[in-house]
Amino acid sequence: MIGYILRRLAATAPVMLIVAVLVFLMLRLTPGDPAAIIAGDNANAEQIAAIRNRLGLDEPIFTQFFIWLGNLLRGDFGESFFFKKTVGELIASRLEPTLALSLATIVIAVLIAVPLGVLAAYKQGTLIDKIVMGFSVLGFSVPVFVIGYALIYLFAIKLNWLPVQGYQRIGDGLGGFLQRLILPSITLAVIYVALIARMTRASVIDVLHEDYIRTARAKGQTELKVLFKHALKNAAVPIATVVGLGIALLIGGVVVTESVFTIPGLGRLTVDAVLARDYPTIQAVILLFSLVYVLINLAVDVAYTVLDPRIRY
Amino acid sequence: MALRLRPFALALAVLAGLTGAAAGKTLRVAPHSDLKILDPIWTTALISVNHGYMIYDTLFALDARLAVKPQMVERYETSPDKLTWTFTLRDGLAWHDGSSVTAEDCVASLKRWGARDTMGQKLLSYVAGLAAPDARTIRMTLREPYGLVLQTLAKPGASVPFMMPKRVAETDPGKQITDFTGSGPFIFKSDEWRPGEKVVYVKNPKYKPRAEAPSGLAGGKIAKVDRVEWLWIADAQTQVNALLAGEVDIIEAPPHDLLPLLAADKNIELFVWNAPGRQYALRFNVLHKPFDNPKVRQAVAYALNQKDMLASVIGDPEWFSECKSLFPCGSPLESAKGFEDKLDSNFVKARALLQEAGYDGTPIVVLQSTDLVSLSNLAPVTKSLLEKAGLKVDVQAMDWQTLVSRRAKKDPPSAGGWHAFLTSWASVDVLDPVATGFLNASCDKAMFGWPCDAELERLRDAFARETDAAKQKQIAEAVQLREVEYPTHIQLGQYTQPVAFRKGVTGILSGPSIAFWNVEVK
Repeated sequence: MIGYILRRLAATAPVMLIVAVLVFLMLRLTPGDPAAIIAGDNANAEQIAAIRNRLGLDEPIFTQFFIWLGNLLRGDFGESFFFKKTVGELIASRLEPTLALSLATIVIAVLIAVPLGVLAAYKQGTLIDKIVMGFSVLGFSVPVFVIGYALIYLFAIKLNWLPVQGYQRIGDGLGGFLQRLILPSITLAVIYVALIARMTRASVIDVLHEDYIRTARAKGQTELKVLFKHALKNAAVPIATVVGLGIALLIGGVVVTESVFTIPGLGRLTVDAVLARDYPTIQAVILLFSLVYVLINLAVDVAYTVLDPRIRY
Repeated sequence: MALRLRPFALALAVLAGLTGAAAGKTLRVAPHSDLKILDPIWTTALISVNHGYMIYDTLFALDARLAVKPQMVERYETSPDKLTWTFTLRDGLAWHDGSSVTAEDCVASLKRWGARDTMGQKLLSYVAGLAAPDARTIRMTLREPYGLVLQTLAKPGASVPFMMPKRVAETDPGKQITDFTGSGPFIFKSDEWRPGEKVVYVKNPKYKPRAEAPSGLAGGKIAKVDRVEWLWIADAQTQVNALLAGEVDIIEAPPHDLLPLLAADKNIELFVWNAPGRQYALRFNVLHKPFDNPKVRQAVAYALNQKDMLASVIGDPEWFSECKSLFPCGSPLESAKGFEDKLDSNFVKARALLQEAGYDGTPIVVLQSTDLVSLSNLAPVTKSLLEKAGLKVDVQAMDWQTLVSRRAKKDPPSAGGWHAFLTSWASVDVLDPVATGFLNASCDKAMFGWPCDAELERLRDAFARETDAAKQKQIAEAVQLREVEYPTHIQLGQYTQPVAFRKGVTGILSGPSIAFWNVEVK
């Protein structure tokens, strides 16, 4: 197992190198010039050229790439073109909100979706099953921002229970941290509840027809034990895949929710950097997202061996 | 139902109780943009200028009626030949670190700003010497009389001449500063700055305000709150929700389509702090056919009309007004001369001019920025009006930053260049022919669009040299008449942007730029 993990980690290096090349080239091919953006409305061609020179953007593209790669290998992501901060600092300041939101969302989603999915499978074809599946369809269909605005209107503006927006770091007080995380997490969790509940239902239905379930019942096990100890455990592999992918998607893809609730996470940083053509920041965050994807995939693969002892690498 | 919900509400109240509250009075502002660049000389971004007004001071400033008033300067005098200007600083001015503001600091600041700003460059091109004979005296010696000395030193809008300590002002103008010591009414808290999240300022306890009442950017700048927080809320609807829920006290620039929502709430007030507002403009690129021919550009002036343009982006006529003057309506140089019969969608006249110019059907490439709500609808309206006049129009959609890069290209429109784009600017940026960047017709040295007209440049120089206000107005009208013959851009009307705030906020000043001194919150 350890050998497998080491091999997978080693395979990460070429993947990251390919991502680095692609990201670098795609950015240079994208229309837009950070120097012109920085120079502003009153700049003339000379001023724009001077900024381009200072940022090193007038160097041949290969020179730019190897300078960046060399710095990267030394752990230096460079400095943002716009903020007088290093990209490392910018990412570090955005990591906590994104991780907090992602983890809170996944925890809420799993706690709600797995029991619902199991229940829907157990009550397959009944009204309960139809309600759960109906909710799933709704969860997939309603855009996240609509759910966000609806929750804000109800809980923040009408009932005045929760704040409309903003993020408070955990170090600045647990109360404010939790208070500001509730609405965005629930908003985001809706689609994941839908996804995980459907996956759980389908997997558990498959398992419920297996011989060992019949054997468990014949042994006199309670239905609760049959469902959660025997059925769910054996249906866990596809559920773990969905949850793992969900975490990876959440870390890189919660831009809309971050915007609606003003959460200063990595998603917003990425969008702001793309709009401003802040190459060093875009390159670093995309590399980071790629690394997260690779590592979460690895973690999910390792989790399979725990969930299903028959799987060996 | 209410009883069942109560324990939940109670739990949330406990959570709220665990949240710490800042001491002192805090003004929470949702600004129009995130503050990314802290050096207001290095960039022309409006949010950086607003940041500059918080922490820096200026030698002169415009009041609410756009009149120049001394600010850091106590008194000034000019020699009879108008070649030597002597400015004496007010006594007791201090930087945030406690050291005194000196004339040397101001000289260094003027030099750095003059290297970046177009009006500053123009002023410094007339300056033979800039010296600090003593700690409170700045002496400016000119090569020849220059009529815009005070207007230039008081200029608001993009690239304001903010005063900085000498050690900071000696930074290469092409590089950003890293020391944010100012002498303004607020102090920047660099340790609390979180890009993309919030900017914090605290009251400068040592600030020595002028004795006069505050007016615009002039007069006594008294900070009436202990702390100002700029909370960056990217989503406009969330800004509105935050104001309705009392999480922010002010929204600097709520979008016009959400104003009815705010106006309907009894706890919210709207206030137009900047009466001249902003102006829309269509910029020509004169390098390529058919816009290399002034007659075709004149035809555009006949084909367009301001009402359709303004209605398409602002909507409610309460917030916009037609203004045929190149210089803002309501400002001293306002005049409709030369434009009386234009901007009324006179398609017959436009077609006649196109025929006279021998227009061959070359498609006009109009760049459309689709991500800025305040601009995106202008391009389709332009297309519709120009097509009615007989021009072929190719609207190319892109985000604003792509447009910014593309407009810098001189290539033919068929090879990635352009013919025209639409933009807006603060009216205070176009108060006169020298300040108006789009009137610069110095060919390669002009802004993108590169108009090239010796007569326009001669008139602008004459305006700069003239020291008599009445004669300046005459020259400004001559500039406008020349611009009618040789159009560099088309003005497309003015609009105002109200600020929205909760009742309990008082003291927001009218003026050329939003200011947070004098503002109180209860």
